[in-house]
Amino acid sequence: MTKQVQQLDRVIIRFAGDSGDGMQLTGDRFTAGTAEFGNDLSTLPNFPAEIRAPAGTLPGVSSFQLHFADHDILTPGDAPNVLVAMNPAALKANLGDLPRGADIIANTDEFTKRNLQKVGYAANPLEDDSLGEWRVHAVPLTSLTVKALEGFELSKKDAERSKNMFALGLLSWLYHRPTEHTITFLEQKFAKKPDIAKANIAAFQAGWNYGETTESFSVSYEVKPARLAPGVYRNISGNQALAYGLIAASVQSKLPLFLGSYPITPASDILHELSKHKRFGIRTFQAEDEIAGVGAALGAAFGGALGVTTTSGPGVALKAETVGLAVTTELPLIVVDVQRAGPSTGMPTKTEQTDLLMAMFGRNGESPVPIVAPMSPSDCFDAAVEAARIAIKYRTPVMLLSDGYLANGSEPWRLPEISELPDISQTFTTEPNGADGEFLPFKRDTETLARPWAIPGTPGLEHRIGGIEKADGTGNISYDPDNHDLMVRTRAAKIAGIDVPALDVDDPDGDADVLVIGWGSTYGPIAAAVRRIRKSGGKVAQAHLRHLNPLPANTGDVLKRYDKVLLPEINLGQLALLLRAKYLVDVISYNRVRGLPFKAEELAGVIQDVIDSDQ
Amino acid sequence: MTSELVNGKGLSLVPKTDVKQGLKDFKSDQEVRWCPGCGDYAILAAVQSFLPELGLKRENIVFVSGIGCSSRFPYYLNTYGFHSIHGRAPAIATGLAASRPDLSVWVITGDGDALSIGGNHLIHALRRNVNLNILLFNNRIYGLTKGQYSPTSEVGKITKSTPMGSLDRPFNPISLAIGAEASFVARTIDSDRKHLQSVLREATAHRGTSLVEIYQNCNIFNDNAFEQLKDPAIRDDITLRLEHGQPIVSASKAVVRAANGGIEVVAREGVSDDQILVHDAHNPDPSVAFALSRLDEPAFEHVPIGIFRQVDRPAYDVLMAEQLEAAATQKGPGDLSELLLGGDTWRIS
Repeated sequence: MTKQVQQLDRVIIRFAGDSGDGMQLTGDRFTAGTAEFGNDLSTLPNFPAEIRAPAGTLPGVSSFQLHFADHDILTPGDAPNVLVAMNPAALKANLGDLPRGADIIANTDEFTKRNLQKVGYAANPLEDDSLGEWRVHAVPLTSLTVKALEGFELSKKDAERSKNMFALGLLSWLYHRPTEHTITFLEQKFAKKPDIAKANIAAFQAGWNYGETTESFSVSYEVKPARLAPGVYRNISGNQALAYGLIAASVQSKLPLFLGSYPITPASDILHELSKHKRFGIRTFQAEDEIAGVGAALGAAFGGALGVTTTSGPGVALKAETVGLAVTTELPLIVVDVQRAGPSTGMPTKTEQTDLLMAMFGRNGESPVPIVAPMSPSDCFDAAVEAARIAIKYRTPVMLLSDGYLANGSEPWRLPEISELPDISQTFTTEPNGADGEFLPFKRDTETLARPWAIPGTPGLEHRIGGIEKADGTGNISYDPDNHDLMVRTRAAKIAGIDVPALDVDDPDGDADVLVIGWGSTYGPIAAAVRRIRKSGGKVAQAHLRHLNPLPANTGDVLKRYDKVLLPEINLGQLALLLRAKYLVDVISYNRVRGLPFKAEELAGVIQDVIDSDQ
Repeated sequence: MTSELVNGKGLSLVPKTDVKQGLKDFKSDQEVRWCPGCGDYAILAAVQSFLPELGLKRENIVFVSGIGCSSRFPYYLNTYGFHSIHGRAPAIATGLAASRPDLSVWVITGDGDALSIGGNHLIHALRRNVNLNILLFNNRIYGLTKGQYSPTSEVGKITKSTPMGSLDRPFNPISLAIGAEASFVARTIDSDRKHLQSVLREATAHRGTSLVEIYQNCNIFNDNAFEQLKDPAIRDDITLRLEHGQPIVSASKAVVRAANGGIEVVAREGVSDDQILVHDAHNPDPSVAFALSRLDEPAFEHVPIGIFRQVDRPAYDVLMAEQLEAAATQKGPGDLSELLLGGDTWRIS
């Protein structure tokens, strides 16, 4: 039988199963094959905070969504074309996101009476008409896997564990993914357990062969490689890009990197990644708590290192006092906040943009801090270098606001040439700067208002810094009212005067009435929504803020140029509050805080409504 | 003495100076602002007159402090200094010392700073053996916030915040440090400059964390807290001098093995020399040092003074640097372009 091959321009697949089913690994491998094939892609892992929630239950469902296309795409996709459901819980938890006509590949072996009961199915949905709107492919994934592994000396349980590779093989056949990489990967991953490696490879190949021979799948699909800008690409997640950006900042600044950090979801992978690169002279310090993490980073900065701390919202709350100390001692420091759903512990594995005002104001006293927010997983690299540039040049802590969606999501990244990276090196002060040959630690650069960075070991520049207010110039303790006023204003002026690039506006014909503006990880869904509007003949302008403090100098002009300004945020209007306060512009907020990124379709509807409204 | 110290491994990585230094070299131009009569003056003078003995380049010495009266200390020393925030000095100093093995890093802290708000950082610095000299000024009271009880105040302490007496059982800083895997633990007193400096000498020669508890009198809020140790009539009787290799005795008392397996203090008279416990600060087993730290309970009847524990253990910065070296040796020094190209890449032309 010759099977039909259908051409598609894009596909969205969601792998869903129990936390223990290996769905993240399956998604990762499918992504790797897709990247190697040359599609543009974007991913959205979604998993519970519990390491192993009770098997087969709704809270235990873990999923991985992948959007791949023959053209450049901006989001992991709104709704899956294909759902791989490894058990009834995975089906039930994801069915609501599935549009009519989508494919469901369900592992029938897990649709047992008991498993159905666990999630409240009175009858087996694969056997009644309840899934009539979708194309259901009922596949006994587990038993097929066990059968394929009969020749191996494996327990039934071990054999069953390879069912995710069987599913990966089947999907790889269905979408013409290359297989070599996955085979090499499995050989390497299980190098110490060759039997397990062979079994997984066999399961993978059996899945492929099943697709090739079974009549359940009469059509396979081809998505041609995307035409992206020339260059060398790799697939990268936000956390990995951010870690690489910090390494690049260390290299480009010629400062040794010191990371003080305490494990926290979803930021821990940055600590993990950096700890692997000690040959760059990187010191990673797993501290006793969040406070010690930032404290050690600040101590290292005092000693001349590029001090970095990585955390998520609850950790930022704990670090606040030390960040204030960095503000007043005017030392370089990078504070990475991979935002997650709050308040308090909130939903650790879910994304949010709710720490903007904490980053902006979450310290005692007047303590302004620059804020940089990456707009996509790969942009985390550039944003980290930019944060380091500002920290070093202006001697200030910098907040880098990533989030859970960027951290775990991935996309192809065109590698920068090393020569394209900015030189962010600065020299330490080694000579006295006072009129009488003395050293004045708070005598500032007249242009940047940065103070000298003289590190221990430098003869003749011995000085003391601290959290108590300092006299302008000498840095001696001062309670003088006018001096305090001067120092408060000077520190504010230093941050306000940081050079940040102008805000670009994408307004192809220059005649849109509505501007949609965003910040951080909402860039992808907003841009995808803007494309939809334009495709259907609508006019809308788009701007995106990577610098939140200070805001680009032309921000007010841009906002005032448009009749209506729409600002979607995954919070209750935090940037809107700032823009309204600063520019007296009646920004229209659109807010959802569901722990998930926006969908392009949803935002397109919101933009259209704003365009259509009379107000 | 000096040359031996300079060659000692505690300071072997800190650059030396040929310039002769004196007390004046370590005084900053800042006016010292503690209450008249405060024990901090004596400690400052002792440290300022001790530092020249080390013969270190002044620029390679850093004093880091937290918050409290004692934490003003760095302002009065003409070295690098960082007056930080409450309780966090050990954390900040850890980052500095871990990344700069060429520095002599000192932490100045008090009983509130080190044992209340900063207790966590203190115990973790001790277990890691970061190369720090931690001077814990213990006056058993909160001074800068004007007289509340501290974590070393005795039970039942009447203060502004405890008009009916405090309820908390105090920490014994020496016991705490030994329990936290400290490699060097000592106690001295502000009024005995000679002893204080002798302890500092050993503390600086120790590479790793040295914790020195200094009994310090707060004459405003807790005057005479350590009067027994200063009163000529009784001090020689209650002070048990700890000297490595020497029997542990005071003028009239001796420490011996107790029948219950522990140790106890008995009248020296009538005890033969071979019954008296000989101090072994280098014993890898910390249990006797811990037992010694409990002898001042409950009421300062006999107080061990000196070095309780002094054992060799690799310092944190050295271990960290070794990992960096090993990584660079095994894989070659870091190459950014190679790093970015690592993993699965593809080219689009």
